[in-house]
Amino acid sequence: MGATIKIPDPASPFPGLGVENEQGLLQWLAAVDHKLIGIMYLVMSLIFLLLGGVLALLMRIQLAVPMNHFLPPETYDQFFTMHGTTMIFFVAMPAIFGFAVYFVPLMIGANEMAFPRLNAFGFWMTFLGGVLLYFSFVAGGAPDAGWFNYAPLNERNYSFHSGIDYYAMGLLVSGIGSVVTSINLIVTVLHYRIPGMRMNKLPLFVWMVFVNSFLVLAAFPSLNAALALLLLDRQLNAHFFNTVGGGSALLWQHLFWIFGHPEVYILILPSFGILSEVFQVFSRKPIFGYAFVAASSVAIALLAFGVWAHHMFAVGLGNTVNSFFSASSMLIGIPTGVKIFNWLATMHGGKIRFATPMLFAIAFLIEFTIGGLSGIAFSIVPIDWQLTDTYYVVAHLHYVFIGGTVSGLFAGLFYWFPKMTGRMIDERGGKWFFWLWTIGFNLTFLVQHMLGMIGMPRRVYTYPNLPWYGTLNFISTAGAILMSVAGLLLVYLIWKCGRAGRTAGADPWNAYTLEWATKTSPPPMKNFEELPPVSDRRAWWEIKQKTNHDDNRK
Amino acid sequence: MQLVIFTEAFFFLCLIMSFIYMAYHTGFERRELSRLDIRSAGVYTAVLIASSFTLHLAERGYTRGKPGVLKGWLIVTIVLGAVFLAGQGTEYVRLIRDDITLNGSVFGASFFTLTGFHGLHVLVGLVILGIVTGLAFLRDRESAIGTVAMYWHFVDVVWIFVFTVVYVLPQFSSV
Repeated sequence: MGATIKIPDPASPFPGLGVENEQGLLQWLAAVDHKLIGIMYLVMSLIFLLLGGVLALLMRIQLAVPMNHFLPPETYDQFFTMHGTTMIFFVAMPAIFGFAVYFVPLMIGANEMAFPRLNAFGFWMTFLGGVLLYFSFVAGGAPDAGWFNYAPLNERNYSFHSGIDYYAMGLLVSGIGSVVTSINLIVTVLHYRIPGMRMNKLPLFVWMVFVNSFLVLAAFPSLNAALALLLLDRQLNAHFFNTVGGGSALLWQHLFWIFGHPEVYILILPSFGILSEVFQVFSRKPIFGYAFVAASSVAIALLAFGVWAHHMFAVGLGNTVNSFFSASSMLIGIPTGVKIFNWLATMHGGKIRFATPMLFAIAFLIEFTIGGLSGIAFSIVPIDWQLTDTYYVVAHLHYVFIGGTVSGLFAGLFYWFPKMTGRMIDERGGKWFFWLWTIGFNLTFLVQHMLGMIGMPRRVYTYPNLPWYGTLNFISTAGAILMSVAGLLLVYLIWKCGRAGRTAGADPWNAYTLEWATKTSPPPMKNFEELPPVSDRRAWWEIKQKTNHDDNRK
Repeated sequence: MQLVIFTEAFFFLCLIMSFIYMAYHTGFERRELSRLDIRSAGVYTAVLIASSFTLHLAERGYTRGKPGVLKGWLIVTIVLGAVFLAGQGTEYVRLIRDDITLNGSVFGASFFTLTGFHGLHVLVGLVILGIVTGLAFLRDRESAIGTVAMYWHFVDVVWIFVFTVVYVLPQFSSV
């Protein structure tokens, strides 16, 4: 084997804190190491997942039978607002950033992020944002205008307690965290790749994170502007969104969805990246159509900014506007469909291992396609008029968020858990979790398509005993309980296997990318001392082939 | 810094678009637009644009290894920036005396928010320039000048857009 490349140290020297020399809480609070910060992001995500999950479960219990009085309507409004806001901003986003800051440097053969302290700042801002949001519960009442917080419901004369101020502050603060972390990730990818790894050799997860970071930079300013105007309205009595004072409630919708639609792609693209790695490794084949997977993400990112008004078909913007946004929304189906076929073709003829990450990846293909198809149905204006604000929307968005994003994140969790902790998650437990979760999820949300079509509106705290309403809602609640059990099982598995699982070794999956090239699992404080030069897209697989001391079953 | 500017550009794009959106909204009091003083604002605009050139001269002094030139032009830049802020301040005071305020009307809200956020960026720029100048006096070396200059030029360019939309374009619209 030829010469090796020494991997440079980060610009600022490593602090005397190592994973080996345990220093308790201080080690975490003062951490600038990207691996520790990545794990903190993931733990934060898990904590908020439990909080958001409890809220969801309480809502489903309230909806289990008609005319229920388990939750009062005000509380129900606060719960669905907090559930949505939590899951999107404080579960999905931190989980994505957690995987990104942990694995992007490892996958490109770097020892740190470009700006380690900025990385820590980003995490703490995100965390502070979450704390601010939840502080609203003790400060007079949680926000109660839905996660997209429409005007005029978000104005002081409709929501007079301070919940929405905390919503705005929490999202502004965590938005700062997201923006700085995205800048950090872009600079890391551009400047810290191991020599030989050109942009067209990047692992697909890194590609997706890279594209995604640009989306964050372009989309979040719009949310921040909207939140700033909202705070001016609420705190200084300006009239941006207050129609009585001459403002425009519609402006909020425009600003929010110019952010909001790219945001849903921000949530899905990293999952696409994780799955692109998982499909390769567990099918023992390179990805089918690397360039198509990468390029279609760029296409999705660009289209993301031209579709926002499809959330507003029912507003009355006129037929011209509606037709334009209807067409642009259908276009999104093309690059997304391309990806689905890429992954199917990757599996085709492969030697598939049905380990838990792969099970989630396959479940993703089916569930995300269902979510995608109901999405295309929505881009047809008359269907949207019929179904908007019904449970059909709830079903659609949960199929893309849970069936899509969360499936990808779980695939990533089970795939990378051995690298992060050094221990395997017990396969039997993993499969139990998978089946409980998947059956529970489909039970909960598949029937909601039906509920929406027979006319049940979303965001109502209870409903009369109309034909089928009771039965379908009861099935949905039963599914939610299964999901809760699965959630508890997941926490138990992480807890138990993280401490006492089977030792993983450096490369338990016989994987392809450089994060598995570290000497140990979890990686040492300094990821790499040196690596051989790389030229293949599957850099670690290439190294293993050359050194020839590995049982590659390709 | 390019990435910061990228994301900031989108932020101002949203604010400017909101201003334009509001300008076409029924609640917008167009007569209040005429209370703006385009002449004095034009002078301060010229001052701000001039500060971009002086900062460029400072940067050139730095790259050519002339610390004296660097320090001199940095101070001139800061003074020009401060004059711009003072000008904006007098405009604010005058408008508020005329009872045009943030919470009074849609025009007031849009105007103060857009120009206020820009003014805040100028202020931040002044603080950073102050730090750079201080460091230049302490160490005779400051390598961050290139990045700071990029930010300052960006803030100037944003003002050109804001000035065009808020002050110049209404002159051509018929009300």
